[in-house]
Formats: sequence, structure tokens, C-alpha cells
Amino acid sequence: MAYKINAANCTGCGACESDCPSKAIRMKGDVYAINPDKCTECAGKFDSPQCVAACPADCISRA
Amino acid sequence: MTRHIIPLDTVTTRISAPISANPTLNPVLPPNARGGCAAKSCGSSSGSSGASDLPPEVWDKVKNHPCYSEQAHHYFARMHVAVAPACNIQCNYCNRKYDCANESRPGVTSERLTPEQAVRKVAAVAARMPQLSVVGIAGPGDALADWRHTFETFDQISRQFPDIKLCLSTNGLALPDHVERIRDLKVDHVTVTINMVDPAIGEDIYAWIFFDHRRHTGREAARILHERQIEGLRRLVEAGILVKVNSVLIPGINDTHLATVNETVRGYGAFLHNIMPLISDPAHGTRFGLDGRRGPTPAELKQVQDQLGGGARLMKHCRQCRADAVGLLGQDLSQDFTMERVGEVTVEDRPDERRQYREWVERERQDRQQAAQSAQAVGRGLNTAVAPPLLVATCSRGGGRINQHFGHAREFQLYEVDGSGIRFIGHRRADHYCQGGYGEEDKLEAVIKALEGVPVLLAAKIGVCPSDRLKEAGINVVTDHAYDYIETGVAAVYRAHLAALAAVEDVAVARAS
Repeated sequence: MAYKINAANCTGCGACESDCPSKAIRMKGDVYAINPDKCTECAGKFDSPQCVAACPADCISRA
Repeated sequence: MTRHIIPLDTVTTRISAPISANPTLNPVLPPNARGGCAAKSCGSSSGSSGASDLPPEVWDKVKNHPCYSEQAHHYFARMHVAVAPACNIQCNYCNRKYDCANESRPGVTSERLTPEQAVRKVAAVAARMPQLSVVGIAGPGDALADWRHTFETFDQISRQFPDIKLCLSTNGLALPDHVERIRDLKVDHVTVTINMVDPAIGEDIYAWIFFDHRRHTGREAARILHERQIEGLRRLVEAGILVKVNSVLIPGINDTHLATVNETVRGYGAFLHNIMPLISDPAHGTRFGLDGRRGPTPAELKQVQDQLGGGARLMKHCRQCRADAVGLLGQDLSQDFTMERVGEVTVEDRPDERRQYREWVERERQDRQQAAQSAQAVGRGLNTAVAPPLLVATCSRGGGRINQHFGHAREFQLYEVDGSGIRFIGHRRADHYCQGGYGEEDKLEAVIKALEGVPVLLAAKIGVCPSDRLKEAGINVVTDHAYDYIETGVAAVYRAHLAALAAVEDVAVARAS
């Protein structure tokens, strides 16, 4: 259970990082990456994964 | 074509003695123009508010802010620090994936900065430009979407550079949550981009917003955004913060709606309203660009501005800056202050140089004011039948003077003159789009296109070839008023123009009789 950032389309803006309730997202080089061990897919917290809803580049999907 | 970078020594200065004692060090005056010019002219009435028409406490806030005072933009520099890459809405005119170092438009930056890097960059710019008076955060995303970087940066800058004003720009969605913090950090100026006050129009401008942990689309998204923008505007005004409203003029979508926007934001106490033309190009990959929606022509922009009226409270000197812009409004030096060039060491600050520069500006302003009054009298009392309006473009690199070589100009400040005086009406740019790969010939074509409908151009100097080419295109270039105040030159050209009209009239009368 985890989401994944498509690095090729990530603009590195960090919108996902600040909205992730699980602190599962960190910068890796110029782009962001999701730690699958921490990602909960926002289950039980929000209707939709926060990173997916916040990402302006629409580059986050289920791993 | 390599990007033309304005040599730093033309706009920056290292002052070792008070400016008053050594006017040759002044960054915008040539040595032979110190102390003002004989013919005189120019003034605060030619654009947004001057000292005379504002309460003293408001004038004090805006007088050194190049974006809030048209007069100040001739003297003062701003810089944007790009610490806010995240955004919480998707506008149809914006695509954050596309970037180009040669382009000057909002949302574009060469690099993102951490708050620490931002402070180091401010120090580097301040050390080379005593004209620096404002540090703003304008993205490249939204300054309040991920507010932590924004406020950390402001906090550090206000401690180290207490005399430099802080300013931010936002889409307004997160604004109501941060009004107190903005006030506490003494951010005196906030710009809110409000493109509509009707969600039915807003749904054509915004693809989605991210709010309250959800992505909203369509009319609901526009409604939420609208309500948050108005709430933010209202509360900023209550907190005594000056608010500028930016509206992107999108032909076919909100062009006929902007009068209503203007009325609404004025009603809530916005200080200035700035109508910005949509910048649209398929290469930018924006929704509007891909749909082939075009930006307005200069004439269409002016038509909308004229409909709004209100003169002083309408900003007409906006340059739609990059998120990492540095320098006077028309002279972007962002590529001279990349972090690679700024380096690792924080430069020592010399606030005295900024103080001295500001004192010099105060004196220069008084000189200009007096000069303005006599120039404004040109054609006074003549009605438009005898004294029809004339458009005059100018090449200036600051100080309110005609002091730029045509070949260095990337934009032209535009003035209109008739029996009621001289008015600043805006600028025309010839560098909106990346011109990489094109030669000098194409550049001249771009300039001629930008100056469409303008019969006279005042420059400090121009080569014979371009002057001839412009003449063929119906643009008469005049260099007789090099280094004079702009209004001095405009008044002189207008006087000659009226004399020529009168001569034609005389001949016609003579022939008729």
C-alpha cells in the first residue's frame, strides 16, 4: 500500500510534501519521493490521498 | 541570440562617498546631466499617485515601492526570491513545468531557493544596488500555499535588513489563514490575483483548487476561491495592509467582467488595481496556450483600462516579473544573481548606502516635480481639435530620464500628451517571448511591432540603420532630448508637433483663400 511519484514529471514544488499527513515524502535530489513504509494512502484520514490531490503536475499514482 | 544582459555598472553603484558629494556615481544620471536639466518637466501626475494626492502615511508606505508608485519605479529596485514553488490552484494560463531563463513572465524562475539562500541573495543584491527597496515573494508557485518557507524567509530578511520593505503575492486561497502572520511580520504590501468575482466566469479560468484536503473543480472551485479572495482582501484592508489586486485580462472570458471586478475590489478597499495582459503561447503548454486563446493587443488592454477610469488607482507600469526578478522594473538582472554567482559567503550589508541613495531620490524628486509642472503646461487650454493627443514612446533606464540607447532598450515607456497635459499610459515590451535563435533583424521587427501606432520615439541615441528602418515603419526617432527628464522631451516633441500641425493648417487656409 503506497503511492509513487513519477520523477520524470515531478517539478519539485513540494506541494505533496507539505500536505502529506504521514510525513512520508522527502526531497531526493531535485524531485520528491514517497517512502512506501510510511505511506498510508491517507486511508481513514481523508477521502483521497492528499499528495495526489495536491500535485499540480498530476504525477503521483498508486505504486 | 544570446540574451542581452544589461551591464551591471549601468544600474548599480558602489558608493564610497555620499551621493550628493559625488553625483557622477549616481547610477541613472550621466555625468553631464547632474543637477537636472534646463527645460524641466516630468512628474507624479503622469501615472499612479504622487505625494500630493495621498495621505502622508500612505505615501510613506508606497513612495519607495516601485510597484505601488509609478514615480518610485523610476528610482527603486525590487527583487523576488523564489522560495515558494508549491501552488494550491491550477490556473488555465499557467504551466509550471515549462521554464525558460530568457523569458520574463510570472511563474518563471531559474532556480528555487531555501530561506537561507534567499537571505544570502538579498545581501548580494543589496551590496551592489543601493536602489533596492523591496524584497517580494511571488512564487514561482503561491507564496502562501506552503507558507513556512515564505514566513521563515521574511523573518530572517526583516531582522537583517530592517529598512527593506517586504511584499508578497498570492492567489488568495490560503490568505484568510495568514492575515495576522502577515501583519505581525510587517509585510506592508500584498498583491492578490483576482480574475473574477463571478464563479460562472471563474470556472473557465481555473481547472481546480486544492482546499480543505480536497481537490475541487468547476464552479464550486471558483466559488470557494472567490469567497476566500474577498475575505482575505477585506481582512488585509482591516489590518491596515495595502492591497494591490492583479487581474489577468483574458479576451473572451473576463474582458467585459473586469469593470465589475474593479468596482468590487475598490469597494473592499484595494489600493491599486493592475490589469495584466494574458501571456499565451502554445509552447508554454498552458491550457489557454494549447487552446489557441490569444492575449490582448495593447489597444485592447488600453480600452479595458480606459473603461475602468480612476487614473491614479490603476497600475499601468507592471512588467509581469519573473519569480526571481532583480533590479529596476524594466531591467531584469536575475541571471546576474544566480546562486552560483552569489556564492557561499554572505556579503556584508551597508545600509548607509541605501539611506544616502534614498535621500538623493528625495531631492531629485523635488527637482522633477518642479520640472513637471512647467512641462505639463504644454498645449494647456487648447482643445483636442487644435491639440490632438499624441503618443510618444521613450527609452529610459531609470531616473525618469531619456537615458537609454535604443539598441539596449527591451521595453518602451509610453506617454500620451494633449491639451490636458502629459500622462504615463503604460509600456510596450519587445521581449515578452523567448527570442533565442533569432538575429538582430528579428529583434527590430519585434520592436516595430511593439511600437505599433506610436509615431514618435525618444531615445538617448540610435544607430543610423535602425533609425531609418523605424522611419520607414512610421516611427520618428528623436535624440535631441537625450538625458532630459522624460516629460521635458515629450513636451518639446509635442510643441514641435503642434507647430507642424499649425503650419499645415496655415498652408491649407492660404490655399483656400
